[in-house]
Amino acid sequence: MTGAPTGLLNELQLDALTELVNIGVSRAAASLRDMVGSQVHLSVPNVSLETRSRAIAILAEREMSNLVAVHQVFEGDVTGRALLIFPETKSLELVRAITGGDLPLEDIIELEQEALAETGNILLNSCLATIANMLQRSLKMSLPEVLRGDAATFFNLAPPPKGGDVVMFLYINFAVRERDISGYIAMIMDLPSLTALKHLLNEFIERATGQTAHSIDDRT
Amino acid sequence: MSYKLLIVDDSKLARMSAAKALNALHPDWSRVEASNAEEALALARQTAFDVALLDFNMPGQDGLELAAALLALRPSLPLAVVSANHQQEIVRRAGEIGAAFLTKPLNEQALGAFLDDALHRLRQADA
Repeated sequence: MTGAPTGLLNELQLDALTELVNIGVSRAAASLRDMVGSQVHLSVPNVSLETRSRAIAILAEREMSNLVAVHQVFEGDVTGRALLIFPETKSLELVRAITGGDLPLEDIIELEQEALAETGNILLNSCLATIANMLQRSLKMSLPEVLRGDAATFFNLAPPPKGGDVVMFLYINFAVRERDISGYIAMIMDLPSLTALKHLLNEFIERATGQTAHSIDDRT
Repeated sequence: MSYKLLIVDDSKLARMSAAKALNALHPDWSRVEASNAEEALALARQTAFDVALLDFNMPGQDGLELAAALLALRPSLPLAVVSANHQQEIVRRAGEIGAAFLTKPLNEQALGAFLDDALHRLRQADA
């Protein structure tokens, strides 16, 4: 048993959220493609409501320790964290792909922190701005911060969540096959933000379908 | 003359949104829906439809693979792959297969232009 919370979002709200994330990450992938000069392959996004410990376990199952994450906090009607995560071994390759590959290793190492922060900034902003626009709300983004550690490090950042231990956890895998680069985009938010998000999703569903979320619910 | 549109998307919301745009543009058209490529190909063998809208990023076969499979069954079928993922490799491949590429979120204007073009092709084929 995962102990995953259920009932916070209904099927259509979860579907709408997944579609928003899909559109947001797809646009971000197009930006990354321009930066690395090779096609970026995306998985189908997985969005679920999980306990924080389960979210850590899911990420840990896929990747061991020694991860690098670019982390940004978003604030507004909904507040949470967005992370671009990849194995530490791939981070230099990502920097090499973005800088064009002609730089000597010592320069790449020197540029690593800055290049990772800027890449994360472009990807996460592209993704979140698309989602915010579609929800017709503005989100304030913090400056990007590069973190090193494992899933537990990234998901237990201070301050602790106000609304209990429920997080919306989403992840989507991206890969640049020609360059052996792969990673995840993940987002987490806690219970008060999820409640706010639920209202925004209902409004979005009404705009997208021309029907009220309740009337669709009644039929399904 | 009214036509039938096939909408394939793993998101129910995206299918509903496409249906809303279709109703606004061509209220007399009917539609069939599938949530993945496998369902769409099964439908294609049983049901006649005139135009297809295919999501790109779906579990199983993606929209480009599905487009190629549908065109192998019916080479003259007007179809569009729909995605926010407008990477040049994907847009180019859609063109090579013979599919239009429409950006998500789908708006009435872009769908309208694609359907006008599809109508033109269908009428030419009927003539």
